[in-house]
Amino acid sequence: MTLISSSSTQKSGVAPAALHTEKLTMQYARKVAFRDVTLSVPAGQITALIGPSGCGKTSFLNCLNRLTELTPNTQTTGTVLLDGQNIQAMELIQLRRRVGMLFQKPNPFPLSIYRNLEFPLQEHGIGQRDRVAQIIEINLRRVGLWEEVKDRLKSPALALSGGQQQRLCLARTLALNPEVLLMDEPCSALDPISSEVVEALIDRLRGDYTVLVVTHNLAQARRIADRVALFWMEDTVGKLIESGSGQELFESPQHPLTQAYISGKRG
Amino acid sequence: MIKQRPRSRRSSFGEPLMQGLLWSSVLLITGAFMWLCSDIVRHGFRQLSWDFLTQLPRDTGRSGGIGPILVSTGLIIGVCLGVSIPLGVGTAVFLNEFSAPQRWLSQFLGISLDILAGVPSIVFGLFGNAFFCKTLGLGFSILSGGLTLACMVLPILIRSTQAGLQSVPNDYRLSAAALGVSRSAVLWQVLLPAAMPGLVVGLLLGIGRAIAETAALLFTSGYVDRMPTSLMDSGRALSVHIYDLAVNVAGGEQNAYGTALVLVLLLMMINGSVSWLGKRFQQTRILDV
Repeated sequence: MTLISSSSTQKSGVAPAALHTEKLTMQYARKVAFRDVTLSVPAGQITALIGPSGCGKTSFLNCLNRLTELTPNTQTTGTVLLDGQNIQAMELIQLRRRVGMLFQKPNPFPLSIYRNLEFPLQEHGIGQRDRVAQIIEINLRRVGLWEEVKDRLKSPALALSGGQQQRLCLARTLALNPEVLLMDEPCSALDPISSEVVEALIDRLRGDYTVLVVTHNLAQARRIADRVALFWMEDTVGKLIESGSGQELFESPQHPLTQAYISGKRG
Repeated sequence: MIKQRPRSRRSSFGEPLMQGLLWSSVLLITGAFMWLCSDIVRHGFRQLSWDFLTQLPRDTGRSGGIGPILVSTGLIIGVCLGVSIPLGVGTAVFLNEFSAPQRWLSQFLGISLDILAGVPSIVFGLFGNAFFCKTLGLGFSILSGGLTLACMVLPILIRSTQAGLQSVPNDYRLSAAALGVSRSAVLWQVLLPAAMPGLVVGLLLGIGRAIAETAALLFTSGYVDRMPTSLMDSGRALSVHIYDLAVNVAGGEQNAYGTALVLVLLLMMINGSVSWLGKRFQQTRILDV
């Protein structure tokens, strides 16, 4: 089929946007998840958030598309700027379209493979059949799933393997043409081979999207991240300890905790 | 290594005993049900005919048919479901999906609903008589009866819809939110279809309770056995007709059996179609593995 020209398999339109947080603090009813995180996430680069479990990385990620608002009794202070705009002032649906998310556990809807992508597209006002079909094919191709599923687009998404489901979820997010992608340990629930496939996909998103990925896999962070930020728990509160380019952080860490963590002595 | 637990003498003795107990309880329950059904079928089958289903009752029901009674029953159930399904599903959806989950409030509501679901129907009947018939001035009417039944069915429907919604994984809500999909869209496209089995169970229990109801209807829709011309007419439900024929009318047993058979068949038909519709709704929207 020559429906898709080679240029249209690339990302169309929107340029990746930079994210910046300024003294961002979030607390649950009784516990402060993280405090005073000031971090710049440059556009078009892959930034990895590393650090031991429970130090607020996931909570931090969930603040950036205001997903924390689904959890009652959470409070966020400080500012998050998306391309210079305060996300609190943005319309929620618009924000979440611009800032996509991939979860730890693959979570396709219990719909058909096709419908998983079609449903969110329709919700965002893209309902024209040919156009939807085209977007779906492009994005399934981009995650390398098209050849595997093109003959069973109407079959249940939940019948796919874990790795395929995660790639479907990535395609579903990419179909909305976001500027930023938040990923919460996207490989940790997958088998080693699927994990490698997804990692290679993330690597290929560089330049087209601003990617912020939480990972516990230091080797992975080293492989794919342009920039790295280390979170640590101090007095039960998550803090940003150090951030910098991957090379800086791994080759010449400034903070003793960073040294200890990347050498495997702590964490 | 896993050690095999030595089989004690007690368990090797207890096993057949337990099996025997289980089997006898199963036989007892199915036996009672079969006996009941066969009795109704045996006595009622001869009454069953097109004329019986369509004609007016004559001689206070000893002869003639149950046409108007079927119509009244249909109208009463229709009013009941027409009111209770939207209200019940709406309430459950609001409580589970849209209200901030304040623990004490939802717990209090849950307990109240459970108590309401267990209130004897005669109490609902008296309430319906006082509120719908007298206070709202609807009098003895099909509308009063249907609304009273709706009150009875609501707690069951709300609770089982809630249980259905609670069984839907939170992942769907999270991923929908992260995709910027509105809550109402994910509700229609994913949550409600996935919660459908719970909803259907609630509906079946509710319909069963409503269609078998006698006490509450005596006080609210009355027992006039004429063909109703509007919802404001008094109308006699099948269960009330059975009660009347069996208790008040000497020589009405044959028609009481016939009516009982119709009631059982009607219930089976409604249950079958509700299950089918629920499945259809689910299958056209979501695809489970």
